[in-house]
Amino acid sequence: MALRGNLRDFSFTQILNLVNLAQKTGLLTVEGPGEMAHVYFRDGKLALALIGREESDLSAILARSRKITANQARVIRERTRTMTDKEVGLLLINAGYLSQKDVLDSLQLYSIEVIRRLFTWVEGIFQFDQSSAVPSGKIPVRVDLENLIVEGSRQLREWEQLQEEIPSLDMALKFTDRPGTNLRHLNLNLEEWRVVRYVNPKNSMRQIAQVTHMNDLEIRRIAYALLQAGVVDIVRPGGTPPVMPPPRSLPPVNKEEHKSLVQRLINRIRSL
Amino acid sequence: MQNVKIVVTGPFNAGKTEFIRSVSEIDVVSTERKITAEAEKVKSSTTVAMDFGRITVDDDLVLYLFGTPGQKRFDFMWEILSEGMLGFIVMVDSAHPETFREARSILETFHAYAPTPYVVAANKQDCDDAWEAEDLRLALRLDPQVKLLPCVASQKETVKTILLELLYSILETIETPAD
Repeated sequence: MALRGNLRDFSFTQILNLVNLAQKTGLLTVEGPGEMAHVYFRDGKLALALIGREESDLSAILARSRKITANQARVIRERTRTMTDKEVGLLLINAGYLSQKDVLDSLQLYSIEVIRRLFTWVEGIFQFDQSSAVPSGKIPVRVDLENLIVEGSRQLREWEQLQEEIPSLDMALKFTDRPGTNLRHLNLNLEEWRVVRYVNPKNSMRQIAQVTHMNDLEIRRIAYALLQAGVVDIVRPGGTPPVMPPPRSLPPVNKEEHKSLVQRLINRIRSL
Repeated sequence: MQNVKIVVTGPFNAGKTEFIRSVSEIDVVSTERKITAEAEKVKSSTTVAMDFGRITVDDDLVLYLFGTPGQKRFDFMWEILSEGMLGFIVMVDSAHPETFREARSILETFHAYAPTPYVVAANKQDCDDAWEAEDLRLALRLDPQVKLLPCVASQKETVKTILLELLYSILETIETPAD
């Protein structure tokens, strides 16, 4: 049966938790905005994660983790064009260029990096296919999900807190009129400057996110930082939380009478 | 004549009305209205006040099944409906994970209204997109002791099973000595 949905409703961390608890094996495909990720699991553990059109052959991954240089990676790729990752890995180990640990560590690090990037995806269609295994030429790793889930939960908490602070991206940002606030004195990074450029009561945060190609988490994070620095103001939507009535218990009834009543109901339902 | 009630609740389009219709001996007294908002046109009509079905037990006992309106804007009805209920059933549309969070929230709200026994029905298990009941348990963060039962609301037998499981839970609660 299908396990599919949208990250908006069921976060990536929750999916990892489910895979971990149910000890699932299979392929999770996540179709994010403009990018696609494939994550393989084996018995509830991370086996391999690939993202988008990024070069993910073994030589590229080894170069990323600086086990080999980019030039070496290019040469290896040219000479082993028809070989699988497993074959390339064996070749490098047998030739004494790298140890098995080097290869596995690099693959593990790469898969974890992909997972970390997926934590920032707040929108995207996912589907879990229990019949797909790691492609035969790829080298699977075996990473426990617990630590990753903890890391993801932290991000999720941050996300939830940010959502609380900035409930709607349809609000606009405006520079504060407070005396002593001067942008020039602030040490903003490039991403923050990109947002600052569009700060204007006419632009919603959603619009700013679109024009700066940021996802919901990124725009909220920057808006919150600017808000905390006292640079901008944000209008929060009004409304009060719903008031929950105090719990009410049922009026006390005779226990035997109650039991007999329920038993009569059971008998009647059985006879339907 | 004694009347007792069980409440059938859950998010919009979870299958509450159909559930009641499957076992009611009368045509379900429905307060369905045509859906007007474009975004909500998943189905042509929705329950705005309540549905109710009836099962006559004997000459002096009648069980009413009350279905709550699924749309959030009618949630003021929930408290009224929950008053004096024997227990409640939370219907979840297993094929629509975007409704899981709301299902969880409805469950918590009803449990706060009255701490009576409840079961969760993983409805639409006949759909290709349906999540398995145990995956649903993890998604809804349900304790292992909470009964989560696969359901197809149009099939009388699964509806009967769910009602019986709820009644067994009610019986267990009565038999369990209070703290």
